[in-house]
Amino acid sequence: MMRDLVLRVLGKLLIPFVLLFALYVQFHGDFGPGGGFQAGVITAAAVIFYAIIFGLPAARRFAPDRIVESMIAAGVLIFGGVGVFGILMGGNYLDYFVLAHDTVHGQERGIFWVEVGVALTVSGVMTKVFYQFAERRRVVDEA
Amino acid sequence: MIADHLPALQVVVPLLAAPLMMLVRRGTFAWLVAVAVSWTTLAIAFALAVKVREVGVISYAMGNWPPPWGIEYRVDALNSFVLVLVSLVASVVAPYARTSVAAELPRDQHYLVFTMFSLCLAGLLGITITGDAFNLFVFLEISSLSTYVLIALGRNRRALLAAYQYLVLGTIGATFYIIGVGLLYLMTGTLNLADMAQRLRDVHEMRPVLAALAFITAGVGLKLALFPLHFWLPNAYAYAPSAITSFLAASATKVSVYVLLRYYFLIFGVPLVFGRLPMAEVLIGLSVLAVVSASLVAVFQRDLKRMFAYSSVAQIGYITMGMGLANKAGMTGAVVHLFNHGITKGAIFLLLGGVALRVGSTSLERVAGLAKTMPLTSFGIVLGGMSLIGVPGTAGFISKWYLVLGAIEHGYWGLAVLLVVSSLIAVAYVWRFVEVAYFREPEPGAARLAEAPGSMLIPAWIMVAACVYFGLDTSLPLDGARAAAALLLGGAP
Repeated sequence: MMRDLVLRVLGKLLIPFVLLFALYVQFHGDFGPGGGFQAGVITAAAVIFYAIIFGLPAARRFAPDRIVESMIAAGVLIFGGVGVFGILMGGNYLDYFVLAHDTVHGQERGIFWVEVGVALTVSGVMTKVFYQFAERRRVVDEA
Repeated sequence: MIADHLPALQVVVPLLAAPLMMLVRRGTFAWLVAVAVSWTTLAIAFALAVKVREVGVISYAMGNWPPPWGIEYRVDALNSFVLVLVSLVASVVAPYARTSVAAELPRDQHYLVFTMFSLCLAGLLGITITGDAFNLFVFLEISSLSTYVLIALGRNRRALLAAYQYLVLGTIGATFYIIGVGLLYLMTGTLNLADMAQRLRDVHEMRPVLAALAFITAGVGLKLALFPLHFWLPNAYAYAPSAITSFLAASATKVSVYVLLRYYFLIFGVPLVFGRLPMAEVLIGLSVLAVVSASLVAVFQRDLKRMFAYSSVAQIGYITMGMGLANKAGMTGAVVHLFNHGITKGAIFLLLGGVALRVGSTSLERVAGLAKTMPLTSFGIVLGGMSLIGVPGTAGFISKWYLVLGAIEHGYWGLAVLLVVSSLIAVAYVWRFVEVAYFREPEPGAARLAEAPGSMLIPAWIMVAACVYFGLDTSLPLDGARAAAALLLGGAP
């Protein structure tokens, strides 16, 4: 367990900051470069980084397949749900204008939830793709 | 309130059902949702078709951004017709799929099949309803990606290869399409299809437009299996799960034909496509080759699924032939054949799913004496085959009648004769089934085979009955097809 000590310590130090940066990119996406897709990728990168250093089983304990798969579906539901909410509020599908008292706020609120959905799905898909590839080598090795 | 949002709900309902199924992860739940969703889309499609008849064109602004800036959903006589076809096929296939999927796939994949089915349905409906060139591409990708997964789920290992083959060709097709759209955007500065059609009239530099036409023809041609771009189709249909084959054969290629119709007649316009370019001759030439060669290849197939898959390539040839004729009768024939071939092929593949379930294979040797063990299934396939041939009294006759009329109106007597002769080739391959199923003794041990279960037989026979019904009472599809043909030939809406 003492192999790659530097990597392990640095990894543990870095991963929280990577996740924090993902949140920054997510919430600052309204004003600067960034948004749900990028934040989702960075989150998934943190999980992948963790898996590379501590092994796939450890990563799977941290982010189980079941949750990762649910994230993929939940993100799409949130995105589509914003659209349906627009209809319920008396607008068209994906109408953000009606989501708050004034239209600018409505746009902001709409895009916020859409980006949440995007981030969830993207990080879910990225992680799942990585799991599938990583698992594949394992299956070949065991055979 | 809901009535105003039907164009959006047409796509949103199946689109949001898919992640719901994935979250719940139960096969039975997913199936129930799939049935509910497909019936809902059918109801919406009917409601839209009725409304289009009353008010003409329905326009829906996504997110309340007015077209041409925002994405517009636009329902007219042509695409409301295709919407009804796609959702109708889905609502017959969905109830059928439960038994078929349970028999063919491992339990843990059941919910995935219905998730992908729902996504594919959303994609096909989206392609049809959208009035935005790029949105169309997105839905094209949604339907294609889910189709690749569905084909790959087939129980034969070769399904993977078939899916991969289709993935490569389908991706090339989608890429060509988007290159074409890019060129059109370059020349017109708009992605809204109706707006694009108007602005193209003022474009004088024609070279990029012609390149766009070429790219879109090749790209969409790949997706609709226009001869000689059909190589992905027989394998994909033969190895996909039975219920999925039926759904794809009846809807996916038809939607691509619709895209080509829209681009040729409503965006590029008849003067450019058929006046300035020899597309009529090209389309008719390729269609003749498709009809003759694919029918001949079908005669020599040893597997029923592959046989009818090649027959699909031939039947698509009839549709593109009607397009190439570009007159009223020909276009009516082409559009009505979208519908008639959809229900005919849907019926045949649904029945073949029953054969696959009971016999374990659809190869011709194994179905010997099928008429004794599975009389209803065999008779249904024969009726469907008669509709493929175009026997009077079946749906297929109506479309061929209009195609022949269109050919004669154009003065193409040879083509009219060829239409009749090619039907004889269809007789040949349908007869091969009749001979094996009716005039050969069942193999020993086959006697204990039973008829397909009712949950599969009833949906299949609904389709068969539709083939006969729409051959006798032609008003419903023909009125829709006439209105669509009038719209296509009347120029931009």
